[in-house]
Amino acid sequence: MKNSKFIRVLNRAGTILVPFVLWSAALVTLLPFFWMVTAALKSREDFFRSLFLPEGKGWFGIAWEKLTLGNFHRLFANENFGMHIINSAFLSSATALCATLSSAMGGYALAKLRFVGRGILTWFVLWSLVIPGTLLLAPGYKVLYDLHLLNTYYGLILPALAPAFGVFLFRQAMVNTVPDAILESARIDGAGELRIFFVIVLPLVRPMVGAFLMITYLGTWNNFLLPQVVLQSPEMMPLSVMISQLRGIYSQDYGLIMAGTLISIVPVMLLFLLLQKEFISGLTTGAVKG
Amino acid sequence: MKKVSAQLAAWLFLTPYLLSTVVFLLWPLAISFDLSFKQTFGPGHAEWIGWDNFRFLLSDPLFWKAATNTAIYAACSVCIQLPLSLCLALLLNRPRLWAKGFLRLVFFSPSLVGLVFVGVLFSMLFEKRTGLLNRLLVVFVPGFNIDFAWLESYVMVSLVLASLWLYVGFNMVYFLAALQNVPNELVEAAMLDGASAWQRFRHVVLPEILPVASFVVLLSLIGSFQLFELPFILLNGAGPDNQGLTIVMYLYSTGFVTGDLGYASAIGWVLSLVLMMFAAGQRWLVRKLEK
Repeated sequence: MKNSKFIRVLNRAGTILVPFVLWSAALVTLLPFFWMVTAALKSREDFFRSLFLPEGKGWFGIAWEKLTLGNFHRLFANENFGMHIINSAFLSSATALCATLSSAMGGYALAKLRFVGRGILTWFVLWSLVIPGTLLLAPGYKVLYDLHLLNTYYGLILPALAPAFGVFLFRQAMVNTVPDAILESARIDGAGELRIFFVIVLPLVRPMVGAFLMITYLGTWNNFLLPQVVLQSPEMMPLSVMISQLRGIYSQDYGLIMAGTLISIVPVMLLFLLLQKEFISGLTTGAVKG
Repeated sequence: MKKVSAQLAAWLFLTPYLLSTVVFLLWPLAISFDLSFKQTFGPGHAEWIGWDNFRFLLSDPLFWKAATNTAIYAACSVCIQLPLSLCLALLLNRPRLWAKGFLRLVFFSPSLVGLVFVGVLFSMLFEKRTGLLNRLLVVFVPGFNIDFAWLESYVMVSLVLASLWLYVGFNMVYFLAALQNVPNELVEAAMLDGASAWQRFRHVVLPEILPVASFVVLLSLIGSFQLFELPFILLNGAGPDNQGLTIVMYLYSTGFVTGDLGYASAIGWVLSLVLMMFAAGQRWLVRKLEK
């Protein structure tokens, strides 16, 4: 053990260096967020004059009194921002609820019910995971056009009812966590299939239900391409499309755009950070255990 | 009688999935196959032209420009982003680290932000004179020109920087989950045998996390090859001299700006074939590793 001393020195250096590297990386990660928050709270002049917070005589040498909610006020008063928040919230909740329910039902059938064609269907679900969404963009547009679903919310929600990814996740979760014996005894007691599903099966996979609700909610909230292609009426647009248009129209109004981006990002982010354990476990189930 | 009702129940449970799969997956797939042999003018009119779309694609300089850009971006994702993610995960996985949960939260938080919002945020961060990046660089790098235009002269660098901020923490989560699944006894045994930190990583940890790592590579390749929103918003289009044109952006603009859904479908099929090859390659690799 010639170099054990060297290793010990290295280890000691590590206990100081590793936190230093990690906290620097954390600072770099948070800096854009912090910049966005301060830009949203500053007037136009202060945006150019100061990098983060305006200097002054308040606490920590900062002119707190110069911070303003004016950008937010203009968003809601002139740009009808409240309506776009409601659009996004409605679209995301509706999509998340419908997609989770249909995925859980499909996953349950594949995991626990015996029927002709189960093997082929399971194989099909797996296979369809590989099809990239962009391949369906152009023909999907034509289908929506033929069905007269363009410029409607149905045109956004109905295609999201078939996430092969969700069906696959729920199948994986139910195969192991839902015991066949419980289902059998419930059937002998005369419980209907629907009742078994809602009263016994869903509660057993509650973590997966939560994770998948969050994944689809976030995915819909952040989706830009689909609403951009499907919707035309300005008053129906979700925040994602609205912000990109705002950027196009008022490209020099930094405070306004950062305020809009802030509102679009932060509430959803806080909610997810609170529930991050479930969310992350949902994300990694397929990868690590699959 | 009971058998029949059990069969029926299964199919009823599958109805929402099956209906929307047929209408919004299989039907579009069939249409897309048909469309890729047609020239279209908006969703209403189409004309059969055989293999011309694919023939044109092979000699289309814009398509090759888009393909090259996308491939460079994908290579950067795999070669820069993933090693950084792995490093972060390895550092975070050290025992007795203070505020581990908080740090993990911080690194993960950018991946909750949608690509559009990242695009808008970074288009302002990268702006000359007013953007955060140049204003910081002026302070720390002597002689740096505050009018340096990232989004005009260093399009790909800007894209990769933004994607690093967005995805390093996301991929880190997968690596961290994999590292936590490595049996501690294995690492301790290697330590007793006097293996150095690098040897432990190379011969004990790496083989254990390789299946997850290959999955992360696949995810990141698939994501990179479908890159669209980030450059579309960040550069407000394809960028100067089409330096930020990606395959999906080209697909979008031929389909929905030019109105040629047929050529867009052909591009979609070529892209899909490439992605399916990646997926097949990953499965082959995992199977080989398991042996």
